[in-house]
Amino acid sequence: MKKIQILGSGCMKCSKLAQVAETTAKEMGLEFEMEKVTDIQKIISFGVMATPALVVDGMVKVSGRVPAPEEMKALLA
Amino acid sequence: MNRRHISLGVAIAVIWAALFLAVKPFAGWLTGGVFGLSRNSRLGSSVEFFLYEGPKVLLLLLAVVFVMGIIRSYFTPERTRKALSGRGEFKGNVMSALLGVVTPFCSCSAVPLFIGFVTAGVPLGVTFSFLVSAPMVNEVALVLLFGLFGWKIALLYLGTGLVVAITSGWVLGRMKMERWVEEWVYKTGKAGGSTNAGSVKFQERIEEGKTAVRDIVGRAWPWVLAGIAVGAGIHGWVPENSMASLMGREAWWSVPVAVLIGIPLYSNAAGIIPIVQALLAKGAALGTTLAFMMAVIGLSLPEMVILRKVLKPQLLAVFAGTVGAGIILVGYLFNLLM
Repeated sequence: MKKIQILGSGCMKCSKLAQVAETTAKEMGLEFEMEKVTDIQKIISFGVMATPALVVDGMVKVSGRVPAPEEMKALLA
Repeated sequence: MNRRHISLGVAIAVIWAALFLAVKPFAGWLTGGVFGLSRNSRLGSSVEFFLYEGPKVLLLLLAVVFVMGIIRSYFTPERTRKALSGRGEFKGNVMSALLGVVTPFCSCSAVPLFIGFVTAGVPLGVTFSFLVSAPMVNEVALVLLFGLFGWKIALLYLGTGLVVAITSGWVLGRMKMERWVEEWVYKTGKAGGSTNAGSVKFQERIEEGKTAVRDIVGRAWPWVLAGIAVGAGIHGWVPENSMASLMGREAWWSVPVAVLIGIPLYSNAAGIIPIVQALLAKGAALGTTLAFMMAVIGLSLPEMVILRKVLKPQLLAVFAGTVGAGIILVGYLFNLLM
């Protein structure tokens, strides 16, 4: 079970990132759970300075941008 | 990067240049030859303005956003923070304002960035210099200024924007406002910062450039065209010199009023600059116009609301006041000199 977290306080890019992550994970047939982290203090605790950010199993993979589906595949693998 | 990529790049550059040079004659030909409109008629001058400025600005935007996307891939917020932490006053403010131009920034992540900077030992005033320069001096604003006004005004905007960012950050730092930052910010502790930097191939940087084009141009183009359309309307219909009494040099009160109106107005550079260009053509003074533009782009109400999470109202007010005062000074200075 992979844990995917989307950090961001609800901007347009954040929902875009969540959407890309979700469809890619489904395409890959991953077993995963997804959480949207909107609380600023929690976001900061990951050491992220630019939202949206993608966290997989506690590791920050990308921050400040929405990766393309191909890149997303590599990040979730 | 191999030979094939280089020749592809050169080919794209040549096509771009050919298109860029073709825009003006094409706009003239469409207006006069195809639509049969006289250049001196109201409709004719508006239509030609739109057909010329629209494609020209979009082409410039594509090229500059692509190149900036590549440049920005070298500057991450993490690296900028490292460069700024522990810097002293003034020198730190100068570096911070300059890095604000090239570091990727979106006002929606102003809060995590603020906390990331402050807890890593970047002085408060230096952080403010970044927060002023990052939104105000951006590539979209510079491209539009260059495209519609020429390089002198674009450079002027770049220079004065940096000066406002440096001095207001320096002044705020001198005032020792740390106690007006929300307490929880400093309790957050030092942020770790563990993003994948590593070595990036040039190929990937080109991809970053393409992403920037999709992202920025994809979002900005309707605004650019809408702004140019309004500008075209002003161009054809608003009489010459009608703005002189309202926004002209003699109207001393016009600079602060322009700034006060500009703060709550929320638009990006893409929407406001074509309108500003038309105002200027109708007799508005350069300083007043510049001040208006800086207030609209640099001081936005939504960003203030976001920053309220980390700044107490007193500090927020001092921040807006200092930056606003800086912009007003720039306005007066240019009205005086030009």
